Amino acid sequence: MDRNWNNKAWFLVLPMLVLVAFSAIIPLMTVVNYSVQDTFGNNQFFWAGLEWFEEVLHSNRFWQALGRNLIFSGIILAIEVPLGILIALNMPKKGVGVAVCLVLMSLPLLIPWNVVGTIWQVFGRVDIGLLGYALASLGIDYNYVQDPFDAWVTVVLMDVWHWTSLVVLLCYAGLVSIPDAYYQAAKIDGASRWSVFRFIQLPKMQRVLLIAVLLRFMDSFMIYTEPFVVTGGGPGNSTTFLSIDLVKIAIGQFDLGPAAAMSLIYFLIVLLMSWVFYTVMTNLGQGDQR
Amino acid sequence: MSNPAMDASIRPAASGPAPAQQNYSVGTGVVSRRPRTFGFSWLIPTIYILFLLLPIYWLVNMSFKTNQEITASFSLFPKAFTWHNYRLIFTDPSWYSGYINSIIYVALNTVISLLVALPAAYAFSRYRFLGDKHLFFWLLTNRMAPPAVFALPFFQLYSSFGLIDTHIAVALAHCLFNVPLAVWILEGFMSGVPKEIDETAYIDGYSFPRFFIKIFMPLIASGIGVVAFFCFMFSWVELLLARTLTTTDAKPISAIMTRTVSASGMDWGVLAAAGVLTIIPGALVIYFVRNYIAKGFALGRV
Repeated sequence: MDRNWNNKAWFLVLPMLVLVAFSAIIPLMTVVNYSVQDTFGNNQFFWAGLEWFEEVLHSNRFWQALGRNLIFSGIILAIEVPLGILIALNMPKKGVGVAVCLVLMSLPLLIPWNVVGTIWQVFGRVDIGLLGYALASLGIDYNYVQDPFDAWVTVVLMDVWHWTSLVVLLCYAGLVSIPDAYYQAAKIDGASRWSVFRFIQLPKMQRVLLIAVLLRFMDSFMIYTEPFVVTGGGPGNSTTFLSIDLVKIAIGQFDLGPAAAMSLIYFLIVLLMSWVFYTVMTNLGQGDQR
Repeated sequence: MSNPAMDASIRPAASGPAPAQQNYSVGTGVVSRRPRTFGFSWLIPTIYILFLLLPIYWLVNMSFKTNQEITASFSLFPKAFTWHNYRLIFTDPSWYSGYINSIIYVALNTVISLLVALPAAYAFSRYRFLGDKHLFFWLLTNRMAPPAVFALPFFQLYSSFGLIDTHIAVALAHCLFNVPLAVWILEGFMSGVPKEIDETAYIDGYSFPRFFIKIFMPLIASGIGVVAFFCFMFSWVELLLARTLTTTDAKPISAIMTRTVSASGMDWGVLAAAGVLTIIPGALVIYFVRNYIAKGFALGRV
């Protein structure tokens, strides 16, 4: 759509800008403020320069948490995206089944995150949980409280349970918007099921898939509540992701300087990623006739 | 590639003139193009839904058991069926006030987000102005900001305004990620409305506010519905900020749950019942907006 150049439009944006500035810029400035100062209590602050940034960038703890988080996001994407596509491809396209599928599949998305954690905390327990009990009676030694590997399996499984539906819904929306003529043409050409997927459905889903990947990456990169409730970051530090570590430092130990420096580095990483995704997405969008 | 007999058999609902119509309508009748997957295609979503429902079933199951039954024996369904856990929640103010608090700040947040996002989205969809692209990207970065980064500064900011432990504090804090999302989705819906409608209305002598409320808003009603749904959803499920900003008077139900678990040992039955009750509002909302969600997703702007 061609849009007129009109700077008065700023007045329409202004209320939104004031509100978001209040809840985003002021806190962010507070963080910047802390990140370059040191304190000995009594609200007395001293200039510390880039000391905290150096400390964070040289600490193993930060790199380990970052590494764990990247591995976690990688696993999540590798499972949820193909699984989501597979389910979306096999969903009914009309009739009562659509509504039933949509409602039931959206259910996990609307459960408060700590309740998701609670559900899986209970579900995985060997004594009272269905999953733990079933695995134990099959003779599998499973205990997410003590074994780091089991803890990872539980957290990953929980995230798959929680968020795959989002990928499914997005892919499904992409699929139903494909005009029927495409399939008819493919049928006339005698295209196989695979080539229909590869050359019609996948390219048409490209845009929603990018959004799905973007959202899943960002949200798994910021994950806090669910693993915190299930494992509390343990056993040891094995499921301590960036957000959990950050909250531990900031609110648990009240180390404002390092926490603020870490926040900024964390935020910059997310910002860089979202910029890359945004650029790719808008460039893809140019090709569409929107 | 396909065989006609099978084609007919997989369209159980179609009768009379319907099949012919479906063949040429856009976006429907896709199933009929893939006869070969028909045999098993229902299996995958069914297994997936079972996988989704199993943990939820387990929670519901536990909520109807007594604590003794939960810890002492293992059963797939409650043997000594009891409403005790639910009764406890509905009679104890420290429990049910949590639900009221959650609903108040979620509703406040939805209203605030919509009020500021509607004009902003209109500006982005209709005009070009100084710095519009940068502003839009900056908005989106807020959706990407980890709440953990903001937890502490939020606490200090709202303390200095004396807003800690009020519903409005949580509602404003959740605007951080809901407003960008609302603007993003609404902009998509608004761009779908032809610009000629605006121009005709102005020629007819409508003022901007009157045009916006009387003519424009009804046109994007489904977009407003989708936005309200997502604001509700993300505000309802968020815990970290809501917990940080409240102490007693505005504490959300999800935070009350965590506190009670650590304080009273393991009252599994009540915990499960509280969990089940947090699922219900979401399920209701989903049921009512299920058609809008598909539309909102179809625009690819979530």
